[in-house]
Amino acid sequence: MERIPILRMGDILLVTIQVDMYDRLAMTLQDDLTTRIAENGARGVLIDISSLDVVDSFMGRILSNISLMASVLDAATVVVGMQPAVAITLVELGLSLQGVKTALNVGRGMTLLRAMIESRTEETEDVGREE
Amino acid sequence: MPVSSHLYTILSNQAPILTAWVAEQTSALADRSDLITASELEAQGKEFLSLMQTAVQSGNLDDIQTPAWEPARDVLSSVSRSRALQGFTPSETANFVFSLKKPLFVRLQDELKNDPAALVGELWTTTTLLDKLGLFTTEVYQKSREQVIARQQQELLELSTPVVKLWDGILAVPLIGTLDSVRTQIVMESLLQKIVDTGSELAIIDITGVPTVDILTAQHLLKAVSAARLMGADCIISGISPQIAQTIVRLGVDLATVTTKANMADAFRTALQRLNITFTRAQPKA
Repeated sequence: MERIPILRMGDILLVTIQVDMYDRLAMTLQDDLTTRIAENGARGVLIDISSLDVVDSFMGRILSNISLMASVLDAATVVVGMQPAVAITLVELGLSLQGVKTALNVGRGMTLLRAMIESRTEETEDVGREE
Repeated sequence: MPVSSHLYTILSNQAPILTAWVAEQTSALADRSDLITASELEAQGKEFLSLMQTAVQSGNLDDIQTPAWEPARDVLSSVSRSRALQGFTPSETANFVFSLKKPLFVRLQDELKNDPAALVGELWTTTTLLDKLGLFTTEVYQKSREQVIARQQQELLELSTPVVKLWDGILAVPLIGTLDSVRTQIVMESLLQKIVDTGSELAIIDITGVPTVDILTAQHLLKAVSAARLMGADCIISGISPQIAQTIVRLGVDLATVTTKANMADAFRTALQRLNITFTRAQPKA
Protein backbone atom coordinates (compact mmCIF):
# COMPACT_ATOMS: atom_id res chain seq x y z
CA MET A 1 0.00 0.00 0.00
CA GLU A 2 1.12 3.54 -0.80
CA ARG A 3 2.50 5.46 2.15
CA ILE A 4 3.82 8.93 2.69
CA PRO A 5 7.37 8.82 4.08
CA ILE A 6 8.01 10.42 7.45
CA LEU A 7 11.58 11.64 7.94
CA ARG A 8 13.10 12.10 11.35
CA MET A 9 15.43 15.03 12.01
CA GLY A 10 16.41 14.93 15.66
CA ASP A 11 13.26 15.58 17.63
CA ILE A 12 11.36 16.84 14.59
CA LEU A 13 9.36 14.75 12.13
CA LEU A 14 9.32 15.96 8.53
CA VAL A 15 6.52 15.05 6.13
CA THR A 16 6.56 16.12 2.49
CA ILE A 17 3.35 15.39 0.62
CA GLN A 18 4.21 15.09 -3.06
CA VAL A 19 1.36 12.99 -4.40
CA ASP A 20 -2.34 13.68 -4.76
CA MET A 21 -3.97 12.92 -1.45
CA TYR A 22 -6.94 10.64 -1.33
CA ASP A 23 -8.91 9.90 1.82
CA ARG A 24 -7.33 6.52 2.55
CA LEU A 25 -3.79 7.90 2.19
CA ALA A 26 -4.63 10.80 4.48
CA MET A 27 -5.97 8.45 7.15
CA THR A 28 -2.84 6.30 6.89
CA LEU A 29 -0.66 9.40 7.27
CA GLN A 30 -2.60 10.42 10.38
CA ASP A 31 -2.08 6.93 11.88
CA ASP A 32 1.60 6.75 10.96
CA LEU A 33 2.34 10.23 12.25
CA THR A 34 0.72 9.79 15.63
CA THR A 35 2.45 6.43 16.04
CA ARG A 36 5.83 7.92 15.17
CA ILE A 37 5.38 10.92 17.48
CA ALA A 38 4.66 8.57 20.36
CA GLU A 39 7.47 6.13 19.45
CA ASN A 40 10.22 8.69 18.87
CA GLY A 41 9.07 11.18 21.45
CA ALA A 42 9.11 13.85 18.74
CA ARG A 43 8.60 17.46 19.83
CA GLY A 44 7.67 18.94 16.47
CA VAL A 45 6.03 18.02 13.16
CA LEU A 46 6.61 19.90 9.91
CA ILE A 47 4.18 19.14 7.08
CA ASP A 48 5.18 20.50 3.68
CA ILE A 49 2.24 20.73 1.26
CA SER A 50 3.88 22.96 -1.36
CA SER A 51 3.34 20.39 -4.13
CA LEU A 52 -0.33 19.89 -3.32
CA ASP A 53 -2.54 21.63 -5.88
CA VAL A 54 -5.86 20.35 -4.63
CA VAL A 55 -7.13 20.07 -1.09
CA ASP A 56 -10.67 19.06 -0.22
CA SER A 57 -12.56 19.54 3.02
CA PHE A 58 -11.60 16.07 4.23
CA MET A 59 -7.90 16.79 3.76
CA GLY A 60 -8.40 20.12 5.51
CA ARG A 61 -9.93 18.36 8.48
CA ILE A 62 -7.14 15.77 8.55
CA LEU A 63 -4.52 18.54 8.71
CA SER A 64 -6.44 20.17 11.52
CA ASN A 65 -6.80 16.81 13.34
CA ILE A 66 -3.12 15.92 12.98
CA SER A 67 -2.22 19.25 14.56
CA LEU A 68 -4.60 18.67 17.48
CA MET A 69 -3.50 15.06 17.99
CA ALA A 70 0.16 16.08 17.90
CA SER A 71 -0.45 18.73 20.50
CA VAL A 72 -2.11 16.14 22.74
CA LEU A 73 1.10 14.09 22.34
CA ASP A 74 3.05 17.26 23.24
CA ALA A 75 4.40 18.02 19.79
CA ALA A 76 4.02 21.27 17.88
CA THR A 77 2.83 21.21 14.24
CA VAL A 78 3.55 23.63 11.44
CA VAL A 79 2.04 23.36 7.94
CA VAL A 80 4.22 25.05 5.32
CA GLY A 81 4.10 26.06 1.66
CA MET A 82 0.36 26.17 1.05
CA GLN A 83 -0.40 27.25 -2.53
CA PRO A 84 -2.59 30.35 -3.05
CA ALA A 85 -5.25 28.31 -4.87
CA VAL A 86 -5.39 25.83 -2.01
CA ALA A 87 -5.67 28.60 0.58
CA ILE A 88 -8.53 30.20 -1.35
CA THR A 89 -10.32 26.86 -1.67
CA LEU A 90 -10.06 26.16 2.05
CA VAL A 91 -11.36 29.62 2.95
CA GLU A 92 -14.24 29.27 0.49
CA LEU A 93 -15.04 25.91 2.08
CA GLY A 94 -15.18 27.71 5.41
CA LEU A 95 -12.17 25.89 6.84
CA SER A 96 -9.69 28.29 8.33
CA LEU A 97 -7.76 25.47 10.07
CA GLN A 98 -8.09 27.01 13.52
CA GLY A 99 -5.17 26.10 15.71
CA VAL A 100 -2.92 25.06 12.83
CA LYS A 101 0.29 27.07 12.61
CA THR A 102 1.42 27.94 9.08
CA ALA A 103 4.58 29.27 7.45
CA LEU A 104 5.57 30.29 3.95
CA ASN A 105 8.37 27.78 3.39
CA VAL A 106 10.31 25.00 5.09
CA GLY A 107 13.02 27.36 6.37
CA ARG A 108 10.57 29.72 8.04
CA GLY A 109 8.56 26.73 9.27
CA MET A 110 11.64 25.29 11.00
CA THR A 111 12.36 28.60 12.75
CA LEU A 112 8.74 28.83 13.92
CA LEU A 113 8.74 25.20 15.05
CA ARG A 114 11.98 25.67 17.05
CA ALA A 115 10.49 28.74 18.73
CA MET A 116 7.29 26.85 19.54
CA ILE A 117 9.18 23.87 20.98
CA GLU A 118 11.33 26.24 23.06
CA SER A 119 8.35 28.07 24.53
CA ARG A 120 6.67 24.76 25.36
CA THR A 121 9.81 23.56 27.14
CA GLU A 122 10.02 26.82 29.12
CA GLU A 123 6.40 26.45 30.19
CA THR A 124 7.01 22.97 31.59
CA GLU A 125 10.15 24.17 33.35
CA ASP A 126 8.15 27.00 34.94
CA VAL A 127 5.56 24.53 36.12
CA GLY A 128 8.33 22.33 37.56
CA ARG A 129 9.82 25.27 39.44
CA GLU A 130 6.51 26.26 40.96
CA GLU A 131 6.17 22.82 42.41
CA MET B 1 -40.15 34.81 -63.68
CA PRO B 2 -39.05 34.25 -60.06
CA VAL B 3 -39.87 37.06 -57.64
CA SER B 4 -36.32 37.98 -56.81
CA SER B 5 -35.23 38.63 -60.36
CA HIS B 6 -36.91 42.03 -60.38
CA LEU B 7 -34.87 43.06 -57.41
CA TYR B 8 -31.79 41.71 -59.16
CA THR B 9 -32.59 43.68 -62.33
CA ILE B 10 -32.96 46.85 -60.29
CA LEU B 11 -29.73 46.24 -58.45
CA SER B 12 -27.90 45.79 -61.75
CA ASN B 13 -28.35 49.49 -62.33
CA GLN B 14 -26.52 50.59 -59.21
CA ALA B 15 -25.67 54.22 -59.85
CA PRO B 16 -29.11 55.85 -59.37
CA ILE B 17 -29.90 53.74 -56.30
CA LEU B 18 -26.56 54.59 -54.73
CA THR B 19 -27.03 58.30 -55.34
CA ALA B 20 -30.52 58.28 -53.83
CA TRP B 21 -29.36 56.11 -50.90
CA VAL B 22 -26.38 58.32 -50.07
CA ALA B 23 -28.67 61.34 -50.26
CA GLU B 24 -31.09 59.67 -47.82
CA GLN B 25 -28.31 58.86 -45.39
CA THR B 26 -26.69 62.26 -45.64
CA SER B 27 -29.94 63.97 -44.74
CA ALA B 28 -30.53 61.52 -41.86
CA LEU B 29 -26.99 62.02 -40.54
CA ALA B 30 -26.90 65.75 -41.25
CA ASP B 31 -25.66 66.65 -37.77
CA ARG B 32 -23.07 63.86 -37.82
CA SER B 33 -21.06 65.26 -40.72
CA ASP B 34 -18.07 65.50 -38.36
CA LEU B 35 -18.01 61.72 -37.90
CA ILE B 36 -18.56 60.46 -41.41
CA THR B 37 -18.29 62.08 -44.88
CA ALA B 38 -20.48 61.60 -47.94
CA SER B 39 -17.63 59.92 -49.79
CA GLU B 40 -17.24 57.36 -47.01
CA LEU B 41 -20.97 56.71 -47.08
CA GLU B 42 -20.78 56.27 -50.82
CA ALA B 43 -17.87 53.82 -50.61
CA GLN B 44 -19.65 51.74 -47.96
CA GLY B 45 -22.92 51.83 -49.91
CA LYS B 46 -21.30 50.87 -53.18
CA GLU B 47 -19.55 47.87 -51.65
CA PHE B 48 -22.72 46.69 -49.92
CA LEU B 49 -24.90 47.12 -53.00
CA SER B 50 -22.70 44.99 -55.24
CA LEU B 51 -22.40 42.27 -52.58
CA MET B 52 -26.14 42.39 -52.03
CA GLN B 53 -26.67 41.98 -55.77
CA THR B 54 -24.51 38.83 -55.77
CA ALA B 55 -26.42 37.50 -52.79
CA VAL B 56 -29.82 38.24 -54.37
CA GLN B 57 -28.63 36.41 -57.47
CA SER B 58 -28.29 33.27 -55.37
CA GLY B 59 -32.09 33.41 -55.08
CA ASN B 60 -32.33 32.98 -51.33
CA LEU B 61 -34.07 36.02 -49.91
CA ASP B 62 -35.64 34.40 -46.85
CA ASP B 63 -32.54 33.47 -44.91
CA ILE B 64 -29.64 35.89 -44.62
CA GLN B 65 -27.60 33.37 -42.60
CA THR B 66 -26.78 31.34 -45.74
CA PRO B 67 -23.22 31.32 -47.16
CA ALA B 68 -24.36 33.38 -50.18
CA TRP B 69 -25.04 36.29 -47.83
CA GLU B 70 -21.77 35.99 -45.95
CA PRO B 71 -19.80 38.74 -47.81
CA ALA B 72 -22.75 41.13 -47.45
CA ARG B 73 -23.03 40.27 -43.74
CA ASP B 74 -19.31 40.89 -43.28
CA VAL B 75 -19.59 44.37 -44.78
CA LEU B 76 -22.61 45.14 -42.59
CA SER B 77 -20.74 43.91 -39.50
CA SER B 78 -17.73 46.07 -40.19
CA VAL B 79 -19.89 49.13 -40.89
CA SER B 80 -21.89 48.51 -37.73
CA ARG B 81 -18.81 47.89 -35.61
CA SER B 82 -17.02 51.00 -36.80
CA ARG B 83 -20.14 53.07 -36.17
CA ALA B 84 -20.51 51.63 -32.69
CA LEU B 85 -16.95 52.65 -31.89
CA GLN B 86 -17.40 56.10 -33.44
CA GLY B 87 -20.32 56.75 -31.14
CA PHE B 88 -23.32 56.56 -33.48
CA THR B 89 -26.66 55.72 -31.89
CA PRO B 90 -28.27 52.33 -32.62
CA SER B 91 -30.97 53.95 -34.77
CA GLU B 92 -28.41 55.84 -36.80
CA THR B 93 -26.54 52.59 -37.37
CA ALA B 94 -29.63 50.62 -38.34
CA ASN B 95 -30.62 53.47 -40.63
CA PHE B 96 -27.73 52.46 -42.90
CA VAL B 97 -29.89 49.56 -44.08
CA PHE B 98 -33.35 51.04 -43.61
CA SER B 99 -32.61 54.13 -45.68
CA LEU B 100 -32.10 51.78 -48.63
CA LYS B 101 -35.81 51.00 -48.65
CA LYS B 102 -37.03 54.17 -50.28
CA PRO B 103 -34.64 54.14 -53.28
CA LEU B 104 -35.35 50.45 -53.89
CA PHE B 105 -39.13 50.83 -53.61
CA VAL B 106 -39.15 53.76 -56.02
CA ARG B 107 -37.22 51.73 -58.60
CA LEU B 108 -39.48 48.71 -58.08
CA GLN B 109 -42.53 50.88 -58.58
CA ASP B 110 -41.12 52.17 -61.85
CA GLU B 111 -40.25 48.71 -63.02
CA LEU B 112 -43.61 47.10 -62.16
CA LYS B 113 -46.12 49.89 -62.58
CA ASN B 114 -48.15 47.75 -65.01
CA ASP B 115 -48.33 44.74 -62.71
CA PRO B 116 -49.66 45.73 -59.25
CA ALA B 117 -49.89 42.13 -58.01
CA ALA B 118 -46.23 41.44 -58.75
CA LEU B 119 -45.30 44.83 -57.24
CA VAL B 120 -46.91 43.96 -53.92
CA GLY B 121 -45.10 40.62 -53.84
CA GLU B 122 -41.75 42.26 -54.67
CA LEU B 123 -42.23 44.98 -52.07
CA TRP B 124 -43.04 42.43 -49.41
CA THR B 125 -39.96 40.31 -50.17
CA THR B 126 -37.71 43.35 -50.26
CA THR B 127 -39.00 44.89 -47.07
CA THR B 128 -38.68 41.58 -45.17
CA LEU B 129 -35.14 41.19 -46.46
CA LEU B 130 -34.11 44.70 -45.50
CA ASP B 131 -35.72 44.32 -42.06
CA LYS B 132 -33.62 41.22 -41.44
CA LEU B 133 -30.47 42.96 -42.58
CA GLY B 134 -31.32 45.94 -40.38
CA LEU B 135 -31.86 43.75 -37.32
CA PHE B 136 -28.58 42.01 -38.03
CA THR B 137 -26.84 45.39 -38.06
CA THR B 138 -28.36 46.32 -34.70
CA GLU B 139 -27.31 42.99 -33.24
CA VAL B 140 -23.71 43.47 -34.32
CA TYR B 141 -23.84 47.03 -32.97
CA GLN B 142 -25.04 45.74 -29.62
CA LYS B 143 -22.33 43.08 -29.51
CA SER B 144 -19.59 45.58 -30.30
CA ARG B 145 -20.81 47.86 -27.51
CA GLU B 146 -20.85 44.93 -25.10
CA GLN B 147 -17.29 44.08 -26.08
CA VAL B 148 -16.25 47.66 -25.36
CA ILE B 149 -17.91 47.50 -21.93
CA ALA B 150 -16.34 44.13 -21.11
CA ARG B 151 -12.91 45.42 -22.08
CA GLN B 152 -13.32 48.52 -19.95
CA GLN B 153 -14.42 46.43 -16.96
CA GLN B 154 -11.35 44.25 -17.36
CA GLU B 155 -9.08 47.30 -17.58
CA LEU B 156 -10.71 48.75 -14.49
CA LEU B 157 -10.11 45.53 -12.56
CA GLU B 158 -6.47 45.42 -13.58
CA LEU B 159 -6.00 49.11 -12.79
CA SER B 160 -7.39 48.89 -9.33
CA THR B 161 -5.60 45.93 -7.81
CA PRO B 162 -1.88 46.57 -7.45
CA VAL B 163 0.16 44.74 -4.83
CA VAL B 164 3.10 46.88 -3.73
CA LYS B 165 6.24 45.73 -1.98
CA LEU B 166 6.94 48.17 0.85
CA TRP B 167 9.96 46.50 2.40
CA ASP B 168 11.63 43.12 2.43
CA GLY B 169 8.85 40.91 3.74
CA ILE B 170 6.14 43.60 3.80
CA LEU B 171 3.51 43.96 1.07
CA ALA B 172 0.82 46.61 0.72
CA VAL B 173 -2.51 46.41 -1.11
CA PRO B 174 -4.14 49.84 -1.48
CA LEU B 175 -7.79 49.17 -2.26
CA ILE B 176 -9.79 51.87 -4.04
CA GLY B 177 -13.47 51.77 -4.89
CA THR B 178 -16.27 49.42 -3.99
CA LEU B 179 -15.31 45.86 -3.13
CA ASP B 180 -17.47 43.16 -4.68
CA SER B 181 -16.90 39.41 -4.84
CA VAL B 182 -15.14 39.49 -8.20
CA ARG B 183 -12.72 42.23 -7.19
CA THR B 184 -11.98 40.69 -3.82
CA GLN B 185 -11.27 37.40 -5.56
CA ILE B 186 -8.77 39.09 -7.88
CA VAL B 187 -7.19 41.07 -5.04
CA MET B 188 -6.93 37.89 -2.98
CA GLU B 189 -5.36 35.92 -5.81
CA SER B 190 -2.79 38.57 -6.69
CA LEU B 191 -1.96 39.17 -3.03
CA LEU B 192 -1.44 35.47 -2.29
CA GLN B 193 0.63 35.01 -5.45
CA LYS B 194 2.79 37.97 -4.51
CA ILE B 195 3.23 36.53 -1.01
CA VAL B 196 4.58 33.33 -2.56
CA ASP B 197 6.75 35.19 -5.08
CA THR B 198 8.36 37.54 -2.59
CA GLY B 199 8.24 35.32 0.49
CA SER B 200 6.62 38.14 2.46
CA GLU B 201 5.37 37.48 5.97
CA LEU B 202 3.24 40.58 6.35
CA ALA B 203 0.68 42.25 4.14
CA ILE B 204 -1.02 45.57 4.82
CA ILE B 205 -4.48 45.87 3.26
CA ASP B 206 -5.30 49.56 3.09
CA ILE B 207 -8.97 50.43 2.69
CA THR B 208 -8.67 54.23 2.81
CA GLY B 209 -10.12 54.33 -0.71
CA VAL B 210 -13.07 52.08 0.04
CA PRO B 211 -16.09 54.35 0.50
CA THR B 212 -18.37 52.04 2.47
CA VAL B 213 -18.06 48.68 4.13
CA ASP B 214 -21.02 46.34 4.42
CA ILE B 215 -21.30 42.81 5.76
CA LEU B 216 -20.24 41.28 2.44
CA THR B 217 -17.21 43.52 2.05
CA ALA B 218 -16.11 42.74 5.58
CA GLN B 219 -16.53 39.02 4.95
CA HIS B 220 -14.50 39.29 1.74
CA LEU B 221 -11.73 41.04 3.63
CA LEU B 222 -11.75 38.43 6.38
CA LYS B 223 -11.54 35.70 3.75
CA ALA B 224 -8.45 37.29 2.24
CA VAL B 225 -6.89 37.55 5.70
CA SER B 226 -7.68 33.89 6.52
CA ALA B 227 -6.28 32.70 3.19
CA ALA B 228 -3.05 34.63 3.74
CA ARG B 229 -2.84 33.21 7.25
CA LEU B 230 -3.22 29.67 5.89
CA MET B 231 -0.18 30.30 3.75
CA GLY B 232 1.79 31.53 6.73
CA ALA B 233 1.54 35.28 6.22
CA ASP B 234 -0.20 37.77 8.50
CA CYS B 235 -2.36 40.70 7.43
CA ILE B 236 -2.92 44.13 8.90
CA ILE B 237 -5.97 46.12 7.79
CA SER B 238 -5.36 49.85 7.74
CA GLY B 239 -7.13 53.01 6.67
CA ILE B 240 -10.29 52.39 8.64
CA SER B 241 -12.16 55.67 8.86
CA PRO B 242 -14.26 56.57 11.93
CA GLN B 243 -17.42 56.03 9.88
CA ILE B 244 -16.32 52.56 8.79
CA ALA B 245 -15.34 51.67 12.36
CA GLN B 246 -18.85 52.63 13.48
CA THR B 247 -20.47 50.66 10.66
CA ILE B 248 -18.38 47.57 11.40
CA VAL B 249 -19.38 47.58 15.07
CA ARG B 250 -23.04 48.25 14.26
CA LEU B 251 -23.07 45.38 11.77
CA GLY B 252 -21.61 43.11 14.42
CA VAL B 253 -18.65 42.05 12.29
CA ASP B 254 -15.92 40.51 14.42
CA LEU B 255 -12.56 41.93 13.42
CA ALA B 256 -10.94 40.95 16.72
CA THR B 257 -8.81 38.28 15.05
CA VAL B 258 -7.25 40.81 12.69
CA THR B 259 -4.85 43.61 13.50
CA THR B 260 -6.46 46.88 12.45
CA LYS B 261 -4.91 50.33 12.26
CA ALA B 262 -6.34 53.73 11.51
CA ASN B 263 -3.77 54.61 8.90
CA MET B 264 -1.10 53.10 6.72
CA ALA B 265 1.79 54.70 8.64
CA ASP B 266 0.74 53.01 11.89
CA ALA B 267 0.34 49.71 10.09
CA PHE B 268 3.79 50.05 8.53
CA ARG B 269 5.31 50.85 11.93
CA THR B 270 3.68 47.75 13.43
CA ALA B 271 4.90 45.64 10.54
CA LEU B 272 8.48 46.88 10.99
CA GLN B 273 8.29 46.17 14.71
CA ARG B 274 7.14 42.61 14.08
CA LEU B 275 10.08 42.05 11.75
CA ASN B 276 12.41 43.65 14.36
CA ILE B 277 13.43 46.46 12.03
CA THR B 278 14.18 49.84 13.61
CA PHE B 279 14.91 53.18 12.03
CA THR B 280 16.79 56.04 13.62
CA ARG B 281 17.05 59.60 12.41
CA ALA B 282 20.59 60.26 11.19
CA GLN B 283 22.58 62.66 13.32
CA PRO B 284 22.88 66.04 11.56
CA LYS B 285 26.48 66.71 10.53
CA ALA B 286 28.18 69.31 12.65
